[in-house]
Amino acid sequence: MYYDDVETGLIEMLQSDIPLQPKPYEDLARRLDTSEEELVERISDMKEKGLIRRVGAILRHHQAGYAFNVMVVFKADPESEERAGSILAGYKEVSHCYLRQVPREFGYDLFAMVHLHDEAELKPLLDDMAANTGLIDYQVIKSVREFKKTSMKYIHRREDGGGL
Amino acid sequence: MNKLDQTDAKLLNLIQEELPLTTRPYQTLGESLGIGEEEVLNRLNALKSSGMIRRIGAVFNSRSMGYYSTLCACRVPEERLEEVAGTISREPGVTHNYQREHFLNLWFTLTVSDADEGIRIIQKLEQETGIKIENMPAKKVFKIKVSFEMGGTDVL
Repeated sequence: MYYDDVETGLIEMLQSDIPLQPKPYEDLARRLDTSEEELVERISDMKEKGLIRRVGAILRHHQAGYAFNVMVVFKADPESEERAGSILAGYKEVSHCYLRQVPREFGYDLFAMVHLHDEAELKPLLDDMAANTGLIDYQVIKSVREFKKTSMKYIHRREDGGGL
Repeated sequence: MNKLDQTDAKLLNLIQEELPLTTRPYQTLGESLGIGEEEVLNRLNALKSSGMIRRIGAVFNSRSMGYYSTLCACRVPEERLEEVAGTISREPGVTHNYQREHFLNLWFTLTVSDADEGIRIIQKLEQETGIKIENMPAKKVFKIKVSFEMGGTDVL
């Protein structure tokens, strides 16, 4: 992918932090020798092109009161996976839902990331999911320790011209 | 959970969905909430310093950006967990890395420029750690949503 200077500058800002200032695009516009209106327009283009899912605040689940987060994996088969995936995606407690290519000895290929206020909410939710999808073979995979959690950096400023 | 008043909750619900695409987005947000731009900025600054807001920015679609993104898992002997997790976390394309309660006890996400690069990095990590890594790329995406409803259903 090739990005022009304006896109590169925007990606760099948007992958970290939009300044908390009345005119957050003012400095970047000056540096890129363009207008704030142009920058906003370009963000809108990038959204339309599907490069950006959304622009907004990214919260920390725990502080936001969603203290209990688990990965639930279901064993689906080709006949049921499409319908089950759509049903799981419909739950507000599910943030991510994917069908994955998995090793046979693991076998659980339909993944749902579930966010709850506390663990007591899990059992009723799982019962409901199993009843609605018909998938009764599942595992709950809890996290024990976080070693790393960052946002992807798409553009790295490096002397050797790396990155994109 | 930190103390949030109704205005904070409404503000969080709005700004999670969308920072208005205007040159004065905080003013625009304030107009929707019936408060001034300065108050919006003060509240957001406070929510950031309290740790509630991780950042205000964009969530990119790594696939549309031309990137390859995958979930990997491996089985690491308990006594080597920290060391192996450390090696994996040092890889810049690794964005999340968790120990989990499972026979596959270390799970991480990898986002890199393309599939070949992904395979290359996984092989490199396998060589460095001597641990077999299971690559589980998505075959189909049903949902990616990263906003959370704040302050109960009566807020918005």
